[in-house]
Amino acid sequence: MSAIKIEILGSGCKKCHQLEANARTAVSTLGIEAEVAHITDSIEIAKRGILSTPALAVNGKVVSKGKLISPAEIEQLLAP
Amino acid sequence: MFDPFYPFDWLATQIVTKILGLSLKSHLGSSLHFFLYDVPKVLTLVVVISFAVGTMQSFLQPEKVRHLLEGKRTLFGNILAATVGIFTPFCSCSAVPLFIGFLEAGVPLGVTFSYLIAAPMVNEVAVVLLWGLFGFKVTLIYIGFGVALAIIAGYIIGMMKLEKWVESFVWQLQQAHRHEGRELDDLDSNLTWKQRWEQGRYQASEIFHSVWMYVVAGIAIGAGIHGYVPTDFITTWAGASNPLAVPLAVVLGVPLYANIAGVLPITEALVNKGMPLGTVLSFTMAVTALSLPEMVILRKVLRPQLLVIFISLVTVGIIAIGYLFNLLLATSPPVS
Repeated sequence: MSAIKIEILGSGCKKCHQLEANARTAVSTLGIEAEVAHITDSIEIAKRGILSTPALAVNGKVVSKGKLISPAEIEQLLAP
Repeated sequence: MFDPFYPFDWLATQIVTKILGLSLKSHLGSSLHFFLYDVPKVLTLVVVISFAVGTMQSFLQPEKVRHLLEGKRTLFGNILAATVGIFTPFCSCSAVPLFIGFLEAGVPLGVTFSYLIAAPMVNEVAVVLLWGLFGFKVTLIYIGFGVALAIIAGYIIGMMKLEKWVESFVWQLQQAHRHEGRELDDLDSNLTWKQRWEQGRYQASEIFHSVWMYVVAGIAIGAGIHGYVPTDFITTWAGASNPLAVPLAVVLGVPLYANIAGVLPITEALVNKGMPLGTVLSFTMAVTALSLPEMVILRKVLRPQLLVIFISLVTVGIIAIGYLFNLLLATSPPVS
């Protein structure tokens, strides 16, 4: 199975970095293989239809936006 | 009038007079009282208000705002946008996605600008500091003038039909997205209260951590001015008799985006010594509405011509508000 692709969409605010850290925590707790990327280009963010950052996308699909979510919540979003 | 900050005042007075044995009239005593009164008061307000605002903001996600403003015509749309801008979260880092998202959904350009001006200007840090340092009335006046400015500037931009000066890829995105669904819009509708409070708590701790040092430093400098700088000095340089004080305050305010928390306490001391409040209002608006980082970010979607018009309108508006307020103040009893 290929690795899950997790994207953090946020233009460098503090919450965005915290979200990335939370995502990494969730990935290591679940013990899954995942690639975590941080997208900071605001135009790319807008293209995804996101109005408020930070947002979280799993395999290209936006699953959370405009708020910081905890590692536990991210784990739930990552669970198949 | 009932003063919610009385306990802070009482405590500061006790410490200065009873424990340290200083008179409140002495230089050192009056400086220390200023410091011991303002620091706990302002920091308490920072925590309480940013928690309340953070929790409340989870109800007003930008998607809801966009839905509210979609297809609204001028003037009514401008008024609505500026009013909603008071209550919504704003971070200059999401200005571009917001701008594109609004236009994409068919929110008119002028209405989008009304929102873009009001949202950062009426932010919780500015409101908290104005309230804590200058009182509730001054805060309401600030919000009122800010909203009026957002409505008028947005309305003018709408009338000028400047859509041609928005970068063209924005309109191409609008075409591309028109037929897509809005499945993203429902993501936030099912937050629990626990999650909302969690957002509020995070907001409060983030704001507290980013401003407390500036607040303490600013109040310390303010305390020094309060106790030691003679009133005549301030009235000569920053008083109503110096017609250049307002524009100067605006020019000084623009690069100070992050440091408003440190600078406003200094202005409090200056106001106590005779600097007119209108100058402070202009200054605060310049810091919040004309932030340099936001302008740099907006350049990605706005051609320079539109950016210049936007900045000029807001600058002229802010300076006019300062003069108007100082004039009103000079002809009527003081506000606070």
